[in-house]
Amino acid sequence: MKAEKVVVRGVEKRFERKQDELLALSAVDLSVAEGEFVCLLGPSGCGKSTLLNIIGGFETPTAGTVTIDGQAVTGPDPRRVFVFQEYGIFPWASVWDNVALGLRKLSKDEQARIIQRTIDLVGLKGFEKSFPSELSGGMRQRVAVARALAVKPDIVLMDEPLGALDSLTRMQMRSEILRIWREEKMTILFVTHDIDEALQLADRIVVMSPRPGRIAEIVEVRQEHPRVIGSPEYVRVKHRLYELLGVSHSV
Amino acid sequence: MTPFAPYLIIALALVLIVVGKRLKDPAPVIVLPLATFIIFFCVWHIAAVAKSYPLNDAQGNFVRMVEVFPTPWSTLQGMLVPVKDGMLLRYAVASVYRVAVGFGIAAAIGIPLGLLAGWYLRTGQALNPLFQFLRPISPIAWIPIAVLWFGVKDEAAIFLIAISSFFPIVVGTMTAVRTIPLVYVRSAQNFGLEGYELFRRVVLPACLPQIITSLRLALGIAWMVIVAAEMIAVDSGLGYLIMDARNANYYDRVVGAMITIGLIGIALDWSMRRLERIDEVRWGFTKQS
Repeated sequence: MKAEKVVVRGVEKRFERKQDELLALSAVDLSVAEGEFVCLLGPSGCGKSTLLNIIGGFETPTAGTVTIDGQAVTGPDPRRVFVFQEYGIFPWASVWDNVALGLRKLSKDEQARIIQRTIDLVGLKGFEKSFPSELSGGMRQRVAVARALAVKPDIVLMDEPLGALDSLTRMQMRSEILRIWREEKMTILFVTHDIDEALQLADRIVVMSPRPGRIAEIVEVRQEHPRVIGSPEYVRVKHRLYELLGVSHSV
Repeated sequence: MTPFAPYLIIALALVLIVVGKRLKDPAPVIVLPLATFIIFFCVWHIAAVAKSYPLNDAQGNFVRMVEVFPTPWSTLQGMLVPVKDGMLLRYAVASVYRVAVGFGIAAAIGIPLGLLAGWYLRTGQALNPLFQFLRPISPIAWIPIAVLWFGVKDEAAIFLIAISSFFPIVVGTMTAVRTIPLVYVRSAQNFGLEGYELFRRVVLPACLPQIITSLRLALGIAWMVIVAAEMIAVDSGLGYLIMDARNANYYDRVVGAMITIGLIGIALDWSMRRLERIDEVRWGFTKQS
């Protein structure tokens, strides 16, 4: 077992509302090993995005702690980069300038080298000068991924990053993300509500249940990439996930 | 011209619309407005003729028709003198100059103040109620104060323009900052941007399209207010021309000045729209796919 990268201990999150309180997360314990690909899977409202936001340092838990490499998380940090569903790339800046965002402190030459390398890595060569409005949804998501990778983060936190894409582009982006994950060897936490997406990507799937949001079970996927959809192991885990999420496998 | 000519021209213009809307782009963009304008001028002509009456001499012999309201043709004729002797140009320049200076002052104060009031919650809380209180007071209501402070001079009109464009600019800018999508701010924080860098790289560019829209709105208001301001607060400019011509009973010049105001207004708006095409702000004016 590799070193523990992210450790979540007894995390609870309450949101104040007009009349009452909403318990978004309750007693969440989770540890993620270095280089692991973990998916947070669950229906909407189960607190999976809240958990990711807490790990990213954008929100503070009401109780409990999150540590990364043994250090408590106190705020956002370029060592752990968030990729948002709405991309969060800047429409006023070119692809090149978007990717440059986290590299401000480096020399111009160094910046140019990293930017070009990252843009090539995500397959956007030739679009360096394009503006996001000129790109397709999939390409914009690649820009967001490139911007995240450029700073060489230890951890990439992805909040339903493929949610806005059509299903074909989504499939393609999944294998792209896996390829980049293998090449760059970082830890990925990936929020999704898509069972197949989690199955195709994750080493471990954290299944969450709503009201209050908590971890129902952590399911391991013992299968090498590329995964054959429909293999016995794939189907076995899939059945288990359906069971845990309380939905019928046949419609 | 026979009395039926304008009706005939309207009919032809209607045919032009029916045919024009089927043409391939960009032809309709030119043909359709052209037809609308032809109809507008014809209706104007018909209305002016209907309101004119015959002038007879003491013996009851017909001398000529008197127009209560000038037809398009007599407006054009009436404008020949002010165009030729340079008065129209001089007055137009005077109006545009006042608007440019007043609008410039309003933007120079309004944009930074709006950014501050939008970004710092407490500054916004302190200033916003004052803005909202002063904003609905028509700039026209400031005319007596302006004349009292500055006299019947350029400065009075400039002050009125500055007042009228300041509020749309400051409120528009403030709202722009307050409604920056959270995802941009979080992305910026994630990559360690803070302070001035956060402002320059994210806050300002994210607000720029909305700031440009509020500038465009403010310029439109300023151009409307300048006419009213010049009627009272100064003794030159297109607003003054209207008032002066009215007092001398030159209604052709009144309408001629109105048309000039409309044309310059279109030109000003067009120049503001050019700003929307700049690469860094174009995203804010096109529908995202």
